[in-house]
Amino acid sequence: MSESIAPARPVALETQDMTTGYGEVNILHGVSTRVHEGEMVAIIGPNGAGKSTLLRAIFGLLPAREGTVHLHGDNVTGQRPDALVPKGLGYVPQVDNVFPSLTIMENLEMGAFVRRNGLAERADQVFRLFPDLAGRRGEVAGRLSGGQRQMLALARALMLDPSVLLLDEPSASLSPKMVGMIFERIKEINDGGTAILLVEQNAREALSVCHRAYVLAMGENRLEGAAQDLLDSEEVGRLYLGA
Amino acid sequence: MATIEAQPIPRSEQWRDYRRAAGAWLIGPGLWIIIGAFMVWAVFAERDAFVVGVVAGSIFALGALGLTLIYGVLKFGHFAHGDMMMLSGYLAFLFLSGFIVGEKPGDQLTILPVTVNDLPGADDPIWKFSFGYGLWVAMILAGAAMAVILVGLDRFVYRRLRVRKSGIVIFSIAALGIAIATRATILFFWGPSPRLYYPGIRERVDLPFDVSLLADQLFILATALVATAVVYWLLFYTRLGKAMRAMSDNPDLARVSGINTDRIILQTWIVAGALIAVAGVLLSLQVQLDPELGFILLLPLFASAILGGLGNPVGALVGGLIVGITQEVAVTLDLPLLGDVSAGYKFSVAFLILILILLVRPNGLFGAKV
Repeated sequence: MSESIAPARPVALETQDMTTGYGEVNILHGVSTRVHEGEMVAIIGPNGAGKSTLLRAIFGLLPAREGTVHLHGDNVTGQRPDALVPKGLGYVPQVDNVFPSLTIMENLEMGAFVRRNGLAERADQVFRLFPDLAGRRGEVAGRLSGGQRQMLALARALMLDPSVLLLDEPSASLSPKMVGMIFERIKEINDGGTAILLVEQNAREALSVCHRAYVLAMGENRLEGAAQDLLDSEEVGRLYLGA
Repeated sequence: MATIEAQPIPRSEQWRDYRRAAGAWLIGPGLWIIIGAFMVWAVFAERDAFVVGVVAGSIFALGALGLTLIYGVLKFGHFAHGDMMMLSGYLAFLFLSGFIVGEKPGDQLTILPVTVNDLPGADDPIWKFSFGYGLWVAMILAGAAMAVILVGLDRFVYRRLRVRKSGIVIFSIAALGIAIATRATILFFWGPSPRLYYPGIRERVDLPFDVSLLADQLFILATALVATAVVYWLLFYTRLGKAMRAMSDNPDLARVSGINTDRIILQTWIVAGALIAVAGVLLSLQVQLDPELGFILLLPLFASAILGGLGNPVGALVGGLIVGITQEVAVTLDLPLLGDVSAGYKFSVAFLILILILLVRPNGLFGAKV
């Protein structure tokens, strides 16, 4: 869990000088981030810093006004999700991240929509990671608890075995116990080789599992560094960790 | 020692409690009990009307199914649905006979060089039906034509509105405009007077339990059943159907999952076109070809779809049957004070159901989506 191994690996996802926003207002003013292969990177910062907006812009849900996104060296700026997903990028939104009236199995099928074969085998692999869901595959997702829904949302995004996964506040509105469990699973996913870029309000928890982190404020890069260094840093503690 | 006297409950509050209890019962189990009791009564007391109601209801159910699919995937009320059903009925008529009206009354202008009825034996009646296999061929052709028309309309109208991120009202008004244009098109090509696919005597069939039906109505019922079964198979067992339900659930997440939502929308229009054509041809067979019928039909269609909960395919089927049966049975009633209910009030029954359901359970019989 140190920085030293990460930069040696090739860059999986790189955002340069991202500027975007809604309507007339720019929310991001030239944000740059980088995720290496197999690395887990957190984006933390106060409310309204533009953390979720950055993920939406990377995933083509919001047009980039300036700046570029590169996935494994290819320029994918402005590409739509149905072009990005087959290239190995996955995204889990913060809320409404399951199909409530579809069964758990159907939710996973939707996650693998762009691939037609090998569905059952991949589902079995994913269920091994989330054993809670395995016994309930015929159940409707709307009946799941908040934590189980979050598991299902992760499972859906894993169906195509993405090389980079974007997670928007995976711990939002979960009980403290569930937060710990979700982060354990995210760690397992990362150990399996998937690079992760995650946005978190819950900064302390995020920093304790991630390799590196960026601190965003007012739509700009404020700080970056190894997660442990940021945890130890007085400034970060004072400003963002409430210590 | 002072005794505590029970405070009498004020009368107004007592009434309010009664009203609340009655309201809760009515929107809960009461509604189902009332509907169930009405159906059981209708089966015994008004069997003929009940059976005709099931036939009408199966057509409404097909229409409402299409309406609910379009609502689920595209999120707007497709007000052109009834007129599109009528247009597909007329298209089937065109493929059968090949003609449209000419300049002078009574003139016929043949515009198709080859028609379905030119096929050998196409109009020889099968069994006791009034039609031959030609009607099936015409229905399939009408379905294909309707799919092309709806996909074209999506390209030229609805997709432009989507790109502009227009609101649901704009979409529905656009559909209403298309409805009016469709009706005008029918009037222009086929004139205002009603038509039949096959003039002639219609045979009745006697069934067990004292039920007697036109043979054609039996065909309508069977076809509606098969079409409904195909739609459910599509929705619950195919990739396309699951994607349609996913889009209905959560369009943003569908996009995020990498589903090409534009393509699903086009495929939804194709499915809707086929459904509209089947419903339209069956309706024209049951009633007649009438340019005005499509617009009148909107009311029972929307009542059925809303009764079942917009976007809920199972609900559309139940809603269609309830509306159809209630309409047919209601006009046989001899009410106190009001006397006989005239058959002309059929569609006001649908209106009444629509108002009641919106008052009592706006999310439909099956409540909100899970």
